[in-house]
Amino acid sequence: MFDDFMVRAALAGIGLAFASAPLGCFVVWRRMAYFGDATAHAAILGVALSLAFSMSIFVGTVVVALLMALVVSVLSEKGYAMDTLLGVLAHSALAFGLVAVSFLSGIRIDLMAYLFGDILAVSRGDLSVIWGGAAFVVSLIGWRWSGLLTSTLNADLAYANGINPKREQLVLTIALAITVAVAIKVVGVLLIAAMLIIPAAAARPMSRTPEGMAIAAGLIGMLSTIIGLQAAYALDTPAGPSIVCVTAITFIFTSFLKLLGHRR
Amino acid sequence: MSLIHVEGLSVSYGARMALSDVSLRIEPNEIVTIVGPNGSGKTSLLRAIIGAVKPLAGSIVHASNLKIGYVPQKLHIDETLPITVSRFLRLPGGLADVDYALKQAGVPELEKEQLSQLSGGQFQRVLLARALIGKPDLLLLDEATQGLDQRGSASFYQQIETVRKATGCAILMISHELHVVMSASDRVICLNGHVCCEGAPAAVASAPEYRALFGTGTGGALALYRHEHDHDHGDHCHNQDAE
Repeated sequence: MFDDFMVRAALAGIGLAFASAPLGCFVVWRRMAYFGDATAHAAILGVALSLAFSMSIFVGTVVVALLMALVVSVLSEKGYAMDTLLGVLAHSALAFGLVAVSFLSGIRIDLMAYLFGDILAVSRGDLSVIWGGAAFVVSLIGWRWSGLLTSTLNADLAYANGINPKREQLVLTIALAITVAVAIKVVGVLLIAAMLIIPAAAARPMSRTPEGMAIAAGLIGMLSTIIGLQAAYALDTPAGPSIVCVTAITFIFTSFLKLLGHRR
Repeated sequence: MSLIHVEGLSVSYGARMALSDVSLRIEPNEIVTIVGPNGSGKTSLLRAIIGAVKPLAGSIVHASNLKIGYVPQKLHIDETLPITVSRFLRLPGGLADVDYALKQAGVPELEKEQLSQLSGGQFQRVLLARALIGKPDLLLLDEATQGLDQRGSASFYQQIETVRKATGCAILMISHELHVVMSASDRVICLNGHVCCEGAPAAVASAPEYRALFGTGTGGALALYRHEHDHDHGDHCHNQDAE
């Protein structure tokens, strides 16, 4: 069954939804939406560097995405406004990445593939990278869940419980970098942040607990992948963006239901 | 043995000294209140005790197996984070006696409510319940009645007194409400970057250092804040009695 490109694409998208659901919830709760963007943009620089030094693209993107995430964490502690900092770093990382790519003579890469991803071109090897990464990210977040949640609620409350919120922030940063690195080939840089945030946001109106929200976000992400791929096949539309469109429609739907619920 | 023994504690944020050479002890079963103007290092002292800031100098010794319950100054729950009161109380421990804690805090009916839907008074009670859930030996309260009206805060402090009677825990709290403090505390510590004066409420209220900080008109009990920004230890605390 792995021979069918549609099956491989669906499995890749489901793996990504699996990892980005709990992670996306934390990104939303901690108001780090642009953090995902910044890390994803930095990944383009990682792609360029990997090609220049003929390393694996996975390693290059993980390293650069991690560095980016660490720089943001450190500078924000030094008192820079978070949104300014992320704006500066996200766009400059993308620009430096694009410039760096242009220096690579003799190598022609399809940058569009990294910007928008090509979920239909996923190979068996890619699948194992995605599922390996997703399993790692989900176990990491599952393992630190209570600590992460407590530090998200309040840093001092975490300290009083013997939890170091800076360490938890680092856990989140690492998970984000790995997710970006495994996802870059599937949905591409520009759509990673969307897959992180939109399923989580769509899950919010129907959740009563943090755990429920993470599970709902996962289900929405997975279903959107399957429906999005089918729609792309039927309508001959680009696959990655079609998936994101389905998550966005889900978001509108759940928000609307919530509004109706309030009226009653 | 003291629950907490703070010796020569100094805390700084960059170049700004928040606390210098602060020493104090908290004994079992006593209610100690910290008063002091804004920026006098009250919150920094509590944060140092829970380990959220590293001291520049000095030591903080906890009694062995000391369990601390902490009620922060304010807690903003992001609207995007769905969480019920009982799930909040179970963090991060997992197993916990939610019923017991909510009863102690006087709000047994809130267990299934969403945290973001609570009123200010209910929210403070839930924070108190969370601090009590580990059956602490010492309860730290950082301006726990901020944003509550007079009735709300009076009933909150009554609850604290009830909690102490029921559990025998010691309480170290920061408060701006001097009239409440004066009636509810065993001991008052007047802080302004350093310990200005301390002792029984009546003794502190008549101390010249305290009057220098909080004014004299009402005998200290209902003082308005007269806050000297360019506070200097020697001058302020010992020479300006007549202010």
